[in-house]
Amino acid sequence: MPELKFDKAKCDNCKAISCLVKCQYMSLDKSEAKKEWQKVINGEDSFVLEACVTCYACEEYCPFGNHPFYLIVERQEEKGILPQSRPITKQAINMTTAQGKFLVGKPEKTALSFCAIPRLYTLATGKLFEDVLPSWVLGTEFFCQAMFLHFARMSVIKENLPQVIDNIWNQGIREVIFLHDECYGTFTKLAPAYGIEVPFKPIHYFEHIYKRLKELKNEIKPLNVKAAYHRNCSARLVPETDHFVDDIFGLIGVQRIKREYDHENALCCGGLLMTSKGYDLGHDVQKRNVDDMVKSGAGYCVFNCPACWDPLAEKVARRGIKPIHIIDLCKLAIGEKQAVEVTV
Amino acid sequence: MSDVYEALVKIVGKDYASNHHEERYFYGRDPGLMTPHEADCVVMPKTTEEVQEIVKLANKEKVPIVPKGAGLALTGLVIPLKGGIVIDMKRMDRILEVNEGARYVVVEGGVTHGALRDYLNKHHPNLRNSLPESPPITTIAANVVIHGQGRLTNQYGFNSDMVNGLEVVLPTGEVCKIGSCSVGPYWFSKGPPLPDLSGLFLGWLGTTGILTKVGLKLYPKKKIKDLEVLVTDKEDLIPDIIFKITHTEMVEDLAIWAQERPLMFRGNYHINIFLTADSEDELEMKRKMVYDSVQEYVDSKDAGFMTINLDMRRDFMDNPQKSMTAFADVRRGGGFEYAGPIIPMELYPECARKVAELAIKHRVVYGGSGRVIHGGHCMMFSFAYTFNRADLDEMGRARKALHEAAEFVADKGGVLWKPNIDEQKIMMERMDPNTLKLMTDIKKLLDPNGIMNPGNWEAK
Repeated sequence: MPELKFDKAKCDNCKAISCLVKCQYMSLDKSEAKKEWQKVINGEDSFVLEACVTCYACEEYCPFGNHPFYLIVERQEEKGILPQSRPITKQAINMTTAQGKFLVGKPEKTALSFCAIPRLYTLATGKLFEDVLPSWVLGTEFFCQAMFLHFARMSVIKENLPQVIDNIWNQGIREVIFLHDECYGTFTKLAPAYGIEVPFKPIHYFEHIYKRLKELKNEIKPLNVKAAYHRNCSARLVPETDHFVDDIFGLIGVQRIKREYDHENALCCGGLLMTSKGYDLGHDVQKRNVDDMVKSGAGYCVFNCPACWDPLAEKVARRGIKPIHIIDLCKLAIGEKQAVEVTV
Repeated sequence: MSDVYEALVKIVGKDYASNHHEERYFYGRDPGLMTPHEADCVVMPKTTEEVQEIVKLANKEKVPIVPKGAGLALTGLVIPLKGGIVIDMKRMDRILEVNEGARYVVVEGGVTHGALRDYLNKHHPNLRNSLPESPPITTIAANVVIHGQGRLTNQYGFNSDMVNGLEVVLPTGEVCKIGSCSVGPYWFSKGPPLPDLSGLFLGWLGTTGILTKVGLKLYPKKKIKDLEVLVTDKEDLIPDIIFKITHTEMVEDLAIWAQERPLMFRGNYHINIFLTADSEDELEMKRKMVYDSVQEYVDSKDAGFMTINLDMRRDFMDNPQKSMTAFADVRRGGGFEYAGPIIPMELYPECARKVAELAIKHRVVYGGSGRVIHGGHCMMFSFAYTFNRADLDEMGRARKALHEAAEFVADKGGVLWKPNIDEQKIMMERMDPNTLKLMTDIKKLLDPNGIMNPGNWEAK
């Protein structure tokens, strides 16, 4: 099994312990954080392992790229700690088990990956993708596995990921445009952290649509709207892509409103919090997030992650803010229709 | 029988009576596993008076009659076991009255739940009926006669509990009103404070009379609907989980289900928790109460609320659920039947294990689902098996699995719902002899010539 490239010395020399001190779901001062983090490193029991809501944020907070979150997940699994309930974990494994039912378009050297998320297939249509389509893949055979970070199942990721990489490669694909941060993060961050070789070039879909919008600039009619960006957990794996949100918004006349819960201070969509911790935490996080959007005067709530859409989109819409995926937002700007909507 | 056909033509006109082979074939079967038996004639009356005339004719000729709604019970209850006349009620399709203030409707005996829902949506958008999960062509009268259930069953009981009055053509041809409508113009009660005579017709599977009008309670239609799905892999926890959730009195409907396909559902038990509200605050208050009620099982990691994508949420919230149709065709060839006993909640774990055990034994694909009735006093548990109609061997295996399921549940103290004739025997064999005698005496009193849906509820 591949092993995590974790450098204990980096943590020993760390003064800030940002991984835990900045955590929005635990309250630790530096001294407590240092103590608990050492326990985690040493494989000892720490309440941190139970309290972790698997929001990925510590991956972003660590200034050394030392993968604190992956280490937490490893330790949770070693100790049999379940961030999610046993049946929900079982369901996640069942629903992502490869069954030979994958779908492909006409894969070429460059292809879109819809992972195992059919909604991405629905979203990725029109002029933004016409240069790549119908080169695409969809199905559990191409599932990036990163979801198991939420389930303390690093072993599943490590076991399955090499086969997923082979499955993509065997389609003749050499450049993959990933439509989900979790996928892009898997192949650009997680795989290297475990020394797993990725033979193809991963491309983030933000980069692709930014490029396409520039090519289509004559067709853009600025939307002139204010939008709250809901930054998802897996964006923490690839914070270097965040500037594309501003770049894309700039091209289509959307103002990313300044608000408390954006950028490094982004809040979870609440879906898994409700599932794992119960109503109070999940609802509180959702409410604070949506209240913040309302207070900031957002007309739109822009989603990047399709999984955040389900627990949050209706709640946002009921507060009078239009939920929209960033791909759909770009489509509106070039006169195309929104593919995924909610009605309340 | 040609004389009977001619007489039927005189009553309803030639367009609405038939002794042609096609109709006799079609009306001789239902979509379930019971052996077909052809009718001699089929007739579609339009009025109570026509029903009366048909019943009088059947008495005179000593010909069996079988009243039929949509024929969706799946247990052969409208198969004319001894031939005779099938009376298809669907032309009696008028919605006669909605009393919005008293929240009830009066419909003719062939009005469907789907038609009533559409009518209410259009004309009384604040009211709703308890729509069953069967297709919307299910008739209200047939549904209450079999003690059907619907989306409001957790809150208000069996759909037959929602009956507010009846007009019945008795087996001897008299028209009889039951409930408050028997003494005045209002249909607000099927019995109280009078003796409740509705029990002479509800649950009798069409053996004691033909419902030509039904008064039915309607209920507030809330503005917001939502759904949560709690998942556990321990069937033994289900009774306590249901007890805790129903204690909140916040839930519209509770459906429990387990199935082996698709793979994502395998090995778990799912509780669909339907919530309704008129405001966000009300909805969140209810949601919180439900979550909090089972927090101990979330904390112990034995259960968790499933993240549901919006498409799946829509499917689950469909009423009736279209996904039921998909399950019915898992084996292709469109075969599906279930034994649906009414059981106390404590029997759920045993039934949940049994439905899977029988599927393995008889090599059929199963689905086990349940619906909580009236706040948890009992539940309907469905032993469902799907089969390919082109595969007679598989149909036979499904039949055996269903029979064993019925025997199992009856031995445990459950009561078989809308039982086929075999299951009726299982019930009558276990029934208190005096109860059975009372049933037999009532039936004989109401139907001296034994013409009403013969073969059903017949003691040896």
